[in-house]
Amino acid sequence: MRLLIKGGRVIDPANGLNAVMDVLLEEGRITAVEKELADNSAEIINAKNKLVCPGFIDMHVHLREPGQEYKEDITSGSRAAAAGGFTTVCCMPNTEPAIDNAAVASFVRERARKTGLVNVFPIGAITRGREGNELSEMAELVAAGCVAVSDDGRPVMRADVMRNALEYAKMFGLPVLAHSEDLHLSREGQMHEGYYSIIYGLKGIPAAAEEVMIARDIMLADLTGGNLHVCHISTRGAVELIREAKEKGIRVTCEVTPHHLILSDEVVDGYDTDTKVNPPLRSEEHIAALREALQEGVIDCIATDHAPHHRESKDCEYVLAAPGISGLETAVASIMDKLVSPGILNLEQMVRLYTTGPAEILGIDRGTLSPGKVADLTLLDPKLVKTVEPSKFYSKGKNTPFKGMQLKGWPWMTIREGIIVAREGEIIG
Amino acid sequence: MGFEQNKDLLGLRELSRKDIELILATAMPMKDIIRRDIKKVPTLRGKAMVTVFYEPSTRTRTSFEIAGKYLSADTVNLAVTTSSVQKGESLRDTIKTIEVMGFDLMVIRHAMSGTPHYAARNTRMKVINAGDGANEHPTQALLDMFSIKEKKGTLDNLKVAIVGDILHSRVARSNIYGLSKFGCEVRVVGPSTLIPPEIEKLGVKSYYSLDEALKGVDVINVLRIQRERQQVGLFPSLDEYANLYMLTPRHLLQARDDVLVLHPGPMNRGVEISSDIADSNAAVINEQVTNGVAVRMALLFLMMGGSKDEIAD
Repeated sequence: MRLLIKGGRVIDPANGLNAVMDVLLEEGRITAVEKELADNSAEIINAKNKLVCPGFIDMHVHLREPGQEYKEDITSGSRAAAAGGFTTVCCMPNTEPAIDNAAVASFVRERARKTGLVNVFPIGAITRGREGNELSEMAELVAAGCVAVSDDGRPVMRADVMRNALEYAKMFGLPVLAHSEDLHLSREGQMHEGYYSIIYGLKGIPAAAEEVMIARDIMLADLTGGNLHVCHISTRGAVELIREAKEKGIRVTCEVTPHHLILSDEVVDGYDTDTKVNPPLRSEEHIAALREALQEGVIDCIATDHAPHHRESKDCEYVLAAPGISGLETAVASIMDKLVSPGILNLEQMVRLYTTGPAEILGIDRGTLSPGKVADLTLLDPKLVKTVEPSKFYSKGKNTPFKGMQLKGWPWMTIREGIIVAREGEIIG
Repeated sequence: MGFEQNKDLLGLRELSRKDIELILATAMPMKDIIRRDIKKVPTLRGKAMVTVFYEPSTRTRTSFEIAGKYLSADTVNLAVTTSSVQKGESLRDTIKTIEVMGFDLMVIRHAMSGTPHYAARNTRMKVINAGDGANEHPTQALLDMFSIKEKKGTLDNLKVAIVGDILHSRVARSNIYGLSKFGCEVRVVGPSTLIPPEIEKLGVKSYYSLDEALKGVDVINVLRIQRERQQVGLFPSLDEYANLYMLTPRHLLQARDDVLVLHPGPMNRGVEISSDIADSNAAVINEQVTNGVAVRMALLFLMMGGSKDEIAD
């Protein structure tokens, strides 16, 4: 099986490439990236006017299996990922039962292997049952294929447990992915605390609820030399804390979601439950700080926090609605339209944030087009204009505040291990 | 034709000054009906309304009910806490069930902000918000404004102080939105834990000192303080609250001589308001209740009155 991708603009930040080139794939590997390649026996893909990038990685998704298959399962989530231009996703352990032991991690790997559309790396729990008390058996989780640990959805409220987790995970080179939220400060909160929470009469979640925990965890990372990664940062203060920690040489990385980069708390107007997410959509000043941090390189990657929900969890009173946004199928287009088109990010920066950024955090051998590497590629059509139609999502979760938005720049083809798995938003086979 | 085209009354934030004036003007003849010996007009005969209260309430629910009855609408009260919620029914299904019984209008109260908006999106019935969480309580603000206008002759450019738990108060929000549309200077006063700093972006002035806030005001609206706020640590004790914010005759010296004192009820005498004030001539607290019926009659009339064609039939 040979594929020759001809005439596309190759953007491969790891190798400093941004030029019209051809890419040859053989037996699931990249074998050549050169100008004007010829190969008579290969299937030719005409990628003229398309962008040819290393396969995109989303290091923060919720695939809900096992236990909540009515929201999403590994097959539907993999299809959503492939259609959305991702070749690799990391799934969070807040399943039922939680991914806090080898059996569940192996189950996830096996189900993903059978679906065979994208690479699925499980993330193990930091603590047993994600309860924040006893450490999970991390050596076992690593052996079963976990690439990081996290209690995502919940913070590790006990500072002593977080300290031990950072210390212990260090042995395996495992990043500890922190969901940073002081539950006492955020209690019963429905949206960002600020002008609009006053207007809409909803209990606010102050930026400080996120920032005090990030400050604590940075100090613990400094204390332990552990590898801290802060999930879905959403505030100006978070950016400042992480920038400062990086300058001091503390091992900390972070991610941001497309929705926190694009949508402000004003959109809660009318109480559309699709706007409810944790951390909440923040105000414009925070969005500006996040965008600036992206440009500066303080933020290491973009991740969706893909959180599919069943209709009943969203078609209800705002206060009762489950927080979360189904993000896999809008992530690339929303960033292309709202950040790349207006020139806030250039293409290399955007590709880096979706490829080498997460690959380096996780220590996985992905994210470049270097010859010899696994042939995972994401091809984009930067000119394609489409409207977000949740009813057409492959994900079971139709919950997105981007619904009805017209966006320019969409995934055109997803290639995993040399095989085309999605084309123009449609799953192949 | 202004308000008559609105399907729902969800808040005063989105209501125009013209609409508010129409409602208040319509409430005046309604108040006359209440004072009659025979308190019934056939205007809404054949119309049906239901009150759906997810929070306990006596005066607001009764007020809507009697307002409907004076206008000859068929009125049903649903005490939701004792029925569908216990059976696990979703709000959407409860609303649908009510709708298909043929009701024209639903009055809803709910502890969660935005619930009337959700209800309105999911039904053909007209919806009146009778208080949702900390968001709005539009009919309370309308009756407050009616009471002020009746006593002061105008709403324009008055100085109004709202005292108490501004953070959690739907009455405060609706009053702020409504009064601001008439150029009023609205002041809010209370302990700093209950006065969100962003509130000033709504065009109000915030104060922590009751004396300062009351200087030269035409109207004082005293909010009910809820005991559970103390339990979650927003202020240390009811005693301390009363020492700082209970309205007493001494405070009235700061205000204009003809100051009007409002309270949405029910009152905690000795906590947010002293009996001396509650029972004084400055207070119009009982008259507010009567005005509440009049304002709700006006709303029901405007929302369910039907077209001229129907009257011609």
